[in-house]
Amino acid sequence: MLTLKFKNAYIQDWFSIAGFEENNGLLTDVNLYLKDYYYGESTLEDAEVKMQRTVLNNLRSKHDFEVVIGGDLSNQLGIMNISMKEYPISFLGIYNACATFCEGLLLGANLLTSGNAQTTCVLTSSHNLTSERQFRFPVEYGAMKKSYTTSTTTAAVGCILSNAPTNIKIVSATIGSVTDYGIKDVYNMGAVMAPAAAKVIHEHLVNEHKKIADYDVILTGDLGTLGVEILCELYKKEYNENLNNLSDAGSLLYKSNQNKYTGGSGPSVLPLVFFNKILKSKKNKRILLVATGALHNPTLVNQKNAIPSIAHAVEIEVLK
Amino acid sequence: MSYQELVNKLTPKENIYKNGVIAFLSGGVIGAISEILGRCFGPEMMLVIWIVLAGILTGLGVFDSIVEHFKMGVIIPITGFSHSLTSASLEYKKEGLVTGIGANCFKLAGSVILYGIISATILAGIRGVLCLL
Repeated sequence: MLTLKFKNAYIQDWFSIAGFEENNGLLTDVNLYLKDYYYGESTLEDAEVKMQRTVLNNLRSKHDFEVVIGGDLSNQLGIMNISMKEYPISFLGIYNACATFCEGLLLGANLLTSGNAQTTCVLTSSHNLTSERQFRFPVEYGAMKKSYTTSTTTAAVGCILSNAPTNIKIVSATIGSVTDYGIKDVYNMGAVMAPAAAKVIHEHLVNEHKKIADYDVILTGDLGTLGVEILCELYKKEYNENLNNLSDAGSLLYKSNQNKYTGGSGPSVLPLVFFNKILKSKKNKRILLVATGALHNPTLVNQKNAIPSIAHAVEIEVLK
Repeated sequence: MSYQELVNKLTPKENIYKNGVIAFLSGGVIGAISEILGRCFGPEMMLVIWIVLAGILTGLGVFDSIVEHFKMGVIIPITGFSHSLTSASLEYKKEGLVTGIGANCFKLAGSVILYGIISATILAGIRGVLCLL
């Protein structure tokens, strides 16, 4: 796998919005919480567009950025394309399911390192009900779910990357490869994504000549509590090492009484927890972000294909 | 141990016996009430009452939580059929009468209708043959 090294890539600022269920959960100081799923709009898709625009407008009021790199879960990135038509800014739409944030981060940091851009913006979002409709059943349909599944988080997060030094440095990144271990259970995305995460963590450590203990925290995206268990077992089996400083963003979002199964999922989960929890806790200085994405396509799964997955690792250093 | 075995080992199993008992009891309660309704208003009205009731409860957004508690007991009877039609229609309302509701309201219920008709035809055929013998 390819590992990129960055110079002059720093995280300057961020803005996040989360839904009302996330407000009842464990994250307490997100910039803005929604009161309901609709955010004053008539459709759920319009609500997600408005969430993305609110993030962009807030970031634009403080920073000038030259390009937006972003994606969400909607088919053909429909929601983000509609959001972006309001802005005369260069736009790269990207899709790696829930690994989109790290994909955006490494692309943005690479633009800064190459000297082609001074400031870039990375944006992702997800909405519980727009994904429910697209990937599963109608919103009001009471389909029974397995107790070990994850629930899509409602949130939009954007961040500004800049070549002007700040205390949060993007050091390096490893671009993951598409992995398929033959899992077909659409309720068990943790099991689908765990092998991709294991691979990219191992490759990153090898390429960077580092050990697991060199990081204060390895933060995976949305494996859920079951996915974390599977990842730890798999890592031990394949590489004979314990991932003892692993945290999973999706598992840190909700309280156990919120009926959210094994945790939150979606591309916005990792940045939401990273900016509003991991960075705020002063203990974490050396952080490995591992965004995991299940490249789930309902048509191909119905045609009996297994679900492929991908994960990208981005190494962050918090300077004094 | 293959990866699939590792996953199977760690994934919690659903308690099908508990779910089955809940579904049996909740479905049974619906059946018992239907018997009373059928005797009072006739079988057709009994069906209409359940269909309308499930439709309204879906529209109010409470039927999905009823399913969560009462499991398949409320999905297998005609209440589930009505629920699938109403929820799909609500979902695609914004996409227009023809391309939205028209094209999608039988998305979930379509299989029930198709295979219901096919199995009814086969069973009626068998019964017809048996009667001739």
